[in-house]
Amino acid sequence: MSLPPKLQETLDLISLFPDRADRVQALISIADRFVPIDESLAAPPYGEGHRVPHCESEAFAWAFCSEGGGLSFRYAVQNPQGLSAMAMAVILQEGLEGVGLEEVLAVPDDLPYVIFGRELSMGKSAGLMGMVQLTKGLAKMA
Amino acid sequence: MFQSRRAVEAGVSTAQLSPEVEIHQRGYARPDRLVSTAWAAENLENPSVRFVESNEDSLLYSSGHIPGAHEIDWTRDLNDPVMRDYLGREGFEALMRRIGATEDTLIVFYGDRNNWWACYALWVFQLFGHDNCAVMDGGRIKWEKEGRPLVREVPKAEPSTYSARERDDSANRAFRQDVLAHLKAGGRLIDVRSPGEFTGEKLHMEGYPNEGAVRGGHIPTAKSVPWARAVNTDDGTFKAAGELKAIYETEAGLEPGEDVVTYCRIGERSSHTWFVLKHLLGYDKVRNYDGSWTEWGNSVGVPIEKGA
Repeated sequence: MSLPPKLQETLDLISLFPDRADRVQALISIADRFVPIDESLAAPPYGEGHRVPHCESEAFAWAFCSEGGGLSFRYAVQNPQGLSAMAMAVILQEGLEGVGLEEVLAVPDDLPYVIFGRELSMGKSAGLMGMVQLTKGLAKMA
Repeated sequence: MFQSRRAVEAGVSTAQLSPEVEIHQRGYARPDRLVSTAWAAENLENPSVRFVESNEDSLLYSSGHIPGAHEIDWTRDLNDPVMRDYLGREGFEALMRRIGATEDTLIVFYGDRNNWWACYALWVFQLFGHDNCAVMDGGRIKWEKEGRPLVREVPKAEPSTYSARERDDSANRAFRQDVLAHLKAGGRLIDVRSPGEFTGEKLHMEGYPNEGAVRGGHIPTAKSVPWARAVNTDDGTFKAAGELKAIYETEAGLEPGEDVVTYCRIGERSSHTWFVLKHLLGYDKVRNYDGSWTEWGNSVGVPIEKGA
């Protein structure tokens, strides 16, 4: 199954920057758009069931059924310096807005490598892949 | 008034040292292993000092860093691209020449996550015998909170002629066989992962991969002391020696001078605890097991324990 159009669009945009420094700047710009989950939906301290496994930036995720019948995702990143987690959250939130469960489940777990490149450290890749995995897991229960 | 050896070597006058005095008063074995953010701000132009930022988040340096600071990335700069190992002598020389460091240059590490990766980079530097190293107390978050400048300009240093010795892992690094021998000899281990990782408890949702290892738990006899307990949560600075002794000696039962092995999941968080034990509390024989749980939890023929 192909990726949701909005997500694919972002990946296509990022792929325009093969140079690491340029890609980093593009990802910083994406991270700048991060807005944490509204407190009316979830307020800290967040439940452990929403904690992204292995994420050292203390990221949390939520899935909701949107009014149109599709899914909607929100995130929190408690480490103010967790720029990569914020960029990943923006990409998932924007790219998966309103899509169906099957499309969410088709997102590959190793998506962070496509976004951040193959130079990810073991710890970083585990945390970012954990964000994808938790997003998919929460989608099943939403 | 106290004056740190680090400051004397870097040519800083006593009048500039008030935050350094505070560091001295914390009772560390090697107070010269820490510099304050104030000291750093006063030494940005000091030619005998190089500031090195090393982060968990690879986007942070490019989003802004201390003026003149170089980035050292664990994956790209310190890891061997083929072996699960660190760079060799030639790679280290190239790295030091790139940042314009000589054998006498004071390298001041700082970074995100309470200097976790900064301590990791310092640990690797010490494998090559570059002993003139310090950590900026409080790291990047303290620098930011104090409103000090961050720039995006990447410095270009005049390449130096650094000559490194061969890497010597024996004093500060433990391998799997060393840990097995250490266990057999009744040596002490500190597991610095979270309590959930230590017990082997699954904190994830059903159906997800968990530890990155076949088995959860910890190395037998290890004591659980999560790494971040060594820092003050308000500003990211290291706790005073008395507080650290209460954690590692009174609670965890270590004795001064004891042979200790620290470990976590891949050896990065445990390098922070290695720094605390080795340099702040003066444990001479502390080694970091960088294979850590990703190796031990997957290894054939090694024992584990579960539970608290």
